[in-house]
Amino acid sequence: MIHLLDNMLIRAAVQGLMIISIMLGCVTFLVWTERKVAGHIQLRIGPERVGPFGLLQTIADVIKLFMKEDITPSSANKVLYTIAPMLAVIPPMTSFAVVPVWSQFALADFNIGILWVLAFTSLSVYAIVLAGWSSNSKYSTLGGLRATAQMISYELAMGLSILPILMWSGTLSLREIVLLQQRHLWNIAVLPFGPIAFLLFLICAIAETNRAPFDLPEAEAELVAGFATEYSSMKWSFFFLGEYAAIMTGCAVATSLFLGGWGGPFVDQVPLLGIVYFVAKVFALIFVFMWVRWTFPRFRYDQLMGFGWKFLLPATLGTLVLGAICMTVFPGFYHQFYGR
Amino acid sequence: MPVINAYMPALLMLALATGFALFTVVASRLIGPYRPTREKNMPYECGIEPVGSANDRFSVKFYLVAMLFIIFDIEAVFLYPWAVAFRELRLFGLIEMLVFVALLLVGYIYVWKKGALEWD
Repeated sequence: MIHLLDNMLIRAAVQGLMIISIMLGCVTFLVWTERKVAGHIQLRIGPERVGPFGLLQTIADVIKLFMKEDITPSSANKVLYTIAPMLAVIPPMTSFAVVPVWSQFALADFNIGILWVLAFTSLSVYAIVLAGWSSNSKYSTLGGLRATAQMISYELAMGLSILPILMWSGTLSLREIVLLQQRHLWNIAVLPFGPIAFLLFLICAIAETNRAPFDLPEAEAELVAGFATEYSSMKWSFFFLGEYAAIMTGCAVATSLFLGGWGGPFVDQVPLLGIVYFVAKVFALIFVFMWVRWTFPRFRYDQLMGFGWKFLLPATLGTLVLGAICMTVFPGFYHQFYGR
Repeated sequence: MPVINAYMPALLMLALATGFALFTVVASRLIGPYRPTREKNMPYECGIEPVGSANDRFSVKFYLVAMLFIIFDIEAVFLYPWAVAFRELRLFGLIEMLVFVALLLVGYIYVWKKGALEWD
């Protein structure tokens, strides 16, 4: 028994390290993609000097960041100041553990996968609270406060926006939700609540990762760099690493919940195709994130909070009620068109 | 498979991610230069000496948002088990949920009318 456990743990450790390495590789690629996409949206060409097509630009940047001096303000709370950036990176990586990548593999597969994801996503707010507070700088404090209020407001709506899908699927396990979508239709196609819930979830996910048009925490026009003002070197880059890792995790979860996860044509005959479909869907969603960022102007803070509390919260609750009523009143419709 | 075993890989992932974060922070401190001066270690304030403390009083709005968040988040937590069991509960579940959401709505309208959601 002990022997078996050891083997399982060693295998899980190797797989975990692989996931972390792949995520880091994807983050460097995503930073490059983001700069290229931004460049082309703004009629520029983006980075192109370091390596072919500028592909090595991010790697050069990481090396530069490693060589930079790590400055801790003398008035800062040193322990919390060091812990905060780590807390930005750990939660998205940990929550990725439960995402089923293809039919044969999810690092951890238990029946409350969604709760695990939500629990760890909500932990990343501590990174920003602690970073803002422990820096003991006015810009950091203000930026941290704003970011915290924003993140908890949108986290609320995010938690509510996936409820219709849970209601439809009747399970909290990501693997089972994906499998149900293979037997029936993708959740995004379940009328009328599927597309609405998907849209609301996407908006909340963009706000949760503090990206434009919800990037007030950074607010470089008024607060220098918000909660990250005092940070330098790798600690500073951790906030960006965390942001991109959170985008990947958010898109992977959205793919599993709404877009059928690894499902697609011929996936039963050739299971490996699942990985291709999964990666393609995740990257398509990430591209949407980038597209939104470089297309929409930034909200004003009162608009941001108003949107979260006065629109998103009632909209998510309304979608839930709508879904529940439709499923109870028209069971025949769902049975006929969705086979459930 | 025992339940605790199912969680082991996820907990292991937590340990690995923590290890990675610690390693990178320590490594960057060792690789980069370290030459602190008094001016360099001052908090940034557009070039002048910092005036007063940063941990000053701030708007009560932020506390309000935090309190509202806790209340509504707990409601959301209550809705999770209901949503998962919805297919078995059927009409009874629907009515139960409508009552619950109606109560929630009363509180929400009260908060809105009181002006707790305004930012000006």
